[in-house]
Amino acid sequence: MAYSDKVIEHYENPRNVGTFRAEPEVDASEVGTGLVGAPACGDVMRLEIRVKDGLIADARFKTFGCGSAIASSSLATEMIKGMTLDQAAQIKNTQIVQELNLPPVKIHCSVLAEDAVKAAIEDYKKKQASRATAPVRETQAAAPAATPEP
Amino acid sequence: MVAEATTAAAQRSITIPVPDGVRLPLFLDNHSTTAVDLRVVQAMLPFFTQHYGNAASRNHSFGWTAESAVDRARGQVAALLGGDAKEIVWTSGATEANNLAIKGAASFLRKQGNHIITVETEHKSVLDTCKRLQREGFEVTYLTPAKDGLVTPEQVTAAMTDKTILVTIMLANNEIGVVQPLAAIGAAIKAKNAKTLFHTDAVQGFGKVPFDVEKARVDLASVTAHKLYGPKGIGALWVRRKPRVRIDPIIDGGGHERGMRSGTLPVPLIVGFGKAAELAREEMAEEAVRLNALRDRLYKGLTSRLTETYVNGSLEHRLPGNLNISFAFVEGESLLMALKDVAVSSGSACTSASLEPSYVLRALGVGDELAHTSIRFGIGRFNTEAEIDYVIELVVVSVERLRALSPLWEMHQDGIDISSIQWTPH
Repeated sequence: MAYSDKVIEHYENPRNVGTFRAEPEVDASEVGTGLVGAPACGDVMRLEIRVKDGLIADARFKTFGCGSAIASSSLATEMIKGMTLDQAAQIKNTQIVQELNLPPVKIHCSVLAEDAVKAAIEDYKKKQASRATAPVRETQAAAPAATPEP
Repeated sequence: MVAEATTAAAQRSITIPVPDGVRLPLFLDNHSTTAVDLRVVQAMLPFFTQHYGNAASRNHSFGWTAESAVDRARGQVAALLGGDAKEIVWTSGATEANNLAIKGAASFLRKQGNHIITVETEHKSVLDTCKRLQREGFEVTYLTPAKDGLVTPEQVTAAMTDKTILVTIMLANNEIGVVQPLAAIGAAIKAKNAKTLFHTDAVQGFGKVPFDVEKARVDLASVTAHKLYGPKGIGALWVRRKPRVRIDPIIDGGGHERGMRSGTLPVPLIVGFGKAAELAREEMAEEAVRLNALRDRLYKGLTSRLTETYVNGSLEHRLPGNLNISFAFVEGESLLMALKDVAVSSGSACTSASLEPSYVLRALGVGDELAHTSIRFGIGRFNTEAEIDYVIELVVVSVERLRALSPLWEMHQDGIDISSIQWTPH
């Protein structure tokens, strides 16, 4: 299958790759992490947002998946920067499909990217809520939404 | 340890200098098909415009010339599998040959029994044919191979009943290149019930590894030209004459090929198949040594520089030139994209419409997460050492780049057991 130029462009030059955990200047309390997908299904996306003053100031991602999955998550990090949490939660996978010209067989990649954004927002909100109730406990680095069991 | 911070160098795709003598795109997918050898093309050419007669025309020289060329090719193909020229039935390819063997035998032997034995790792043209027969009332046993891809003679005979009319097991697998012990399996089948027919889809191993229908005790063998540096569109079913094996045709018509396969013979393609078989017979031993060396060079080059790589299937009982290997934490299609000027294939779901990873790797018990990261390299007659060295470099750099992009690789580096995470299948 031939890839669209935009998918290739994001695949070759992915934006915002990495993790805030590796960036000492980022306070873990500002970060929300979404980890979606499954290795057995062939794609896993981890998308992190850094929230400042109610806006998504920055984002990071890493993706295990095909070129379209990598491109979808790369594009998603670009789209949500500067948005409020509510705006980012409104992101639709169809915008990603359109922007990247994804064929039908790759639509699930865009769905996963949308899910990753939503999961990151949820994680951030949950963290804020638990900080409000038990501020002392939440000092650790951002844990992924799906955490390893002991 | 937390993975390295975002660095531009780790993200961008990297271009590897192409050495002299390496031309892109580069073909390393010789299990899917092969280039036609120029010597084969030369042999075929006169049969398009000069000797274009119908091999079934009995009353003029055009027909006689065509027929004698076809008969010569029968001998060339038969010689490569240790059979007789009269036992070759031309088909359009191996899919048709497999259909003819299995459906033809099942139809002819229906009164004797309704049980067929095959293996989960067979080609779709065998599996789907068996599935159709199941819908028509036949019973099919699908044997599960061991982790190395091999089936044992004991497994086969244990599955045999007094209703078993046919066992069909491939010579070599198209994905993992594993070569089955056909001689031992054939002997075991015949010892248990001499009447049970033994068919092999010999396509991938034909002309690549020694294969002899007498030693393997097979009754039917499917072969094709285009995996053997011959043209696409021509295959053959070898049908044993002593003792005579009878099957029903699936294509009726003018009674060509002793009534087993009607249709005008594609003489140029048949001549090409014959020439390709002749070349393989002369050069196989030498070529196998060379392809094995190239495969080992690729294997060592990749595994000495990359950790967490897993060869799928037995490395010992394997076609020369085949390497099926998983690069853990790197999804196969994304790696194919990085290798865009190198033709290889992947067991990743994303390369198929079904979104399910390779059924062959599943049958071996390879987990889906590793199956998604598998790449099949198929080295062939026209590949060179310089090409292999270039591919090693390109794969190593690409896997490293994609691992830097992979959350699973990062977790693995951090000592997190991926299987302990509650994933959300989608």
